[in-house]
Amino acid sequence: MLDFDAGKYAAYVWPAFIITAAAFAWMIADSLARARRWKREVEARSKDRR
Amino acid sequence: MFAFLANPDRFMAFSRWAAPLFGALAVALITVGLWFTFAAPEDYQQGDTVRIMFIHVPAAYLAMFSYVCLGVASFLSLIYRHALADAAAKACAPLGAAFTALALITGALWGQPMWGTWWVWDARLTSVLVLFLFWLGYMALRAAIDDETRAGRAAAILALVGLVNLPVIHYSVEWWNSLHQGATVFAADRENRLPPVYLIPMALMALGYTSAFGSLWLVRIRAEVWRRRAATLALQAAGG
Repeated sequence: MLDFDAGKYAAYVWPAFIITAAAFAWMIADSLARARRWKREVEARSKDRR
Repeated sequence: MFAFLANPDRFMAFSRWAAPLFGALAVALITVGLWFTFAAPEDYQQGDTVRIMFIHVPAAYLAMFSYVCLGVASFLSLIYRHALADAAAKACAPLGAAFTALALITGALWGQPMWGTWWVWDARLTSVLVLFLFWLGYMALRAAIDDETRAGRAAAILALVGLVNLPVIHYSVEWWNSLHQGATVFAADRENRLPPVYLIPMALMALGYTSAFGSLWLVRIRAEVWRRRAATLALQAAGG
């Protein structure tokens, strides 16, 4: 069925997948953190204005 | 479409549901794509390294696709001086740089066992490295100029200049003798075309990457719109 045994190429295959997963994790975390931070900032400043 | 989304309020309303929708689509497509990736048989020449292709090719495609998005956003920002187009261009850069870096790194991890080298100054590899330098240059130029409007305009011109590199990347394997293989996904001759057992995971991963890029791009544009609103509110508060 699923073949996770990369044999003699494991030292190349798994780092490629791990680095890709890490890059996706960074892109998701950074994008969401920015959106949350600036949304909160706008809400706080809007409140102060009132 | 551009005219409809050019209104920031309409864009924020649209992206509020579109970003999670693209995100969910990306999760589904990449999950199924990974299943097909590890269900595919070893290649008779590449062995298990063929699985790297299912993450390398979509990353390389996204590196170029995201640059086209940067080019369109930069063009609209330069011609119409539209703040949302400028925000879209700025939001695109870190994602494009990440996908280009992934294409280079996963390519090197495939190249070492298959070509016997991590890197070669081949036309395809070098032109993709130039693309990565354009991404870095774009972000550095924006960060180097304090006036946001001037920074956006200068970076947009740099982005448009960088568009010249895209056909060079695409046709590099035809224009020069290259270690990099030619087109196989859309190869005209049957002999060089990818068989379905490899085409299916590659297509699923490419669609998944595109959805992920769409979702993250929308989230980052929303963050940039909020950042600019926060800056405006801060200025108004300072002005009394």
